[in-house]
Amino acid sequence: MARRNPIVYLVALLLIGLMLGPVLYIIVGGFRTNSQITVAPAGLPDPWVIGNYTDILASDLFWRQVGNSTIVALVTTIAVVALGVMASYVLARYKFRGRGAMYALFAAGLMFPATVAITPLYILVKNLGLVNTLPGVILPQIAFGLPTTVIILVPFLQAIPKEIEEAAMIDRCSRLGFFWRMVLPLSVPGLITTGILAFIGSWNSYLLPLFILNDQDTFTLPLGVQAFASQYSVDTAKVLAFTSLSMIPALVFFSLFERRIVGGLTGAVKG
Amino acid sequence: MQTPPPVRPRRRGIGWAQRLEIVALSGPAILVFVSFVIFPVLMAAYYGFYKWKGYGVPTNFVGLDNYKTILQDTAFHEALWHNAEILVLSLVLQGPVAIGLALLLNRRMRGQSAIRVLIFVPYVISEVITGTAWALILQTNGAGNDILSSIGLGALTEDWLADPKLAIWSLMFILTWKYVGFAVILFLAGMQNIPDELAEAAAVDGASFWQIQRHITLPLLGPTIRIWAFLSIIGSLQLFDLVYIIWGQYVASTAGTSTMATYMVVEGRNAANYGYGNAVAVVLFVISMVIALIYQRFVLRRDTEGALTGGR
Repeated sequence: MARRNPIVYLVALLLIGLMLGPVLYIIVGGFRTNSQITVAPAGLPDPWVIGNYTDILASDLFWRQVGNSTIVALVTTIAVVALGVMASYVLARYKFRGRGAMYALFAAGLMFPATVAITPLYILVKNLGLVNTLPGVILPQIAFGLPTTVIILVPFLQAIPKEIEEAAMIDRCSRLGFFWRMVLPLSVPGLITTGILAFIGSWNSYLLPLFILNDQDTFTLPLGVQAFASQYSVDTAKVLAFTSLSMIPALVFFSLFERRIVGGLTGAVKG
Repeated sequence: MQTPPPVRPRRRGIGWAQRLEIVALSGPAILVFVSFVIFPVLMAAYYGFYKWKGYGVPTNFVGLDNYKTILQDTAFHEALWHNAEILVLSLVLQGPVAIGLALLLNRRMRGQSAIRVLIFVPYVISEVITGTAWALILQTNGAGNDILSSIGLGALTEDWLADPKLAIWSLMFILTWKYVGFAVILFLAGMQNIPDELAEAAAVDGASFWQIQRHITLPLLGPTIRIWAFLSIIGSLQLFDLVYIIWGQYVASTAGTSTMATYMVVEGRNAANYGYGNAVAVVLFVISMVIALIYQRFVLRRDTEGALTGGR
């Protein structure tokens, strides 16, 4: 075993290099000038310039798009988790006819990401008068976030021991009281996992905002990055700076909650 | 639901209260889900029968004309073929790579948790950023070719994105980069459910590391692998973001990377031909569903017995 270890570490190192290379390329490239990039596309900054970053941080458009992305992601996350845990509680702890059908309804949604429904969805949002508004993106995102949330949360809520529920009933706790006082606190880890998945999904979402939003002031960051990249296609350094600033929140979020995400996926696979 | 149980009047009172709770708790989720997921899919089927620019009520009923056009359009045939290539190559490339990496990372080693986090980073980064970065790296005068030249492999520099022979492989490389971390995390999670005792017992009986992986880990990882493959297949069929971002709306077809979804957006929305776009959506939906159902019927059945049809 010990003999093999150096190779294992070498492979792991190569792997990390390959995975992080492009990310570092974006971040480091933002510290270079365009002429540096043209002369040596893969070189290091010499000298380091911070102008690209400070220009972007000083632009209203960037912060407006950060704001849009944040609002959309937060509202989506809260709504998906709230609606999802309520529906999952019903699926997990109530016995009623149609329960299987209801579960199947959400599970079927898992098979079809927004791609399939995007054209009619756009028309629906247009008929509701929500084109070019953030709710026009948020409402469909909540709907498309529900299947994952429900599928992860149902086994989670089923795992809460029956004895706790019986004890609560003996103490004259209603089912709703049980849900509010026991289930919600006990399911916080699951709620965080699904919340993070919803947040990252929303933060990165591209197709839906592409259809719904067509004014730079309502753009979320992914659209902003793309618009910026085509508008300043000759100013590669600034595009790189814009891109690296826009990926910070998702990365921070992920690194804070990495264990929860991995743990949540484990539960989903088992469930 | 409609017919309450006949006798037991005492239980019925509880039943009504419970029914109210069920409706109150699950109603909002079902309402949103049906309005914004189920309803649009049904409307696509309706709009697909019309020639329609997307304004007002569709009136120009054309029957199955849209579908005939789709099925006869060589651009759609090519897109469909690219989806098939991407589907197969994703399974063949990402599966073994991810299993290998998961086996590697499942061993006790220094910095293991750090590596697990880092390998997941590309999955967390948005498709737009992934696409923008790789487009810059892989363009002819980009960093990729620059690195090849500087390490003496100048002969290998290529036009990675525009050459129709290479573009699909560049796409596969980028897709693997982006999504392999997700597969590795899934597989690692699956491996943690395999009791250590099995491997220990086999080791006591003299099994080598590779024999243990081949005869214990892999078979017990089967359910996880099959679920991953399902997610990968669905993702491949509906692939849009990365292709549209890197190859744009115009060059995807000449570079040989167009997919059904990019075809749908280019021919439907960008051409303001919404009736046609909806018909493409229906075709995409039917293809995805048929493949999903076949896969569940024949491959997933033993793992998720009833997961998509029943409760548990």
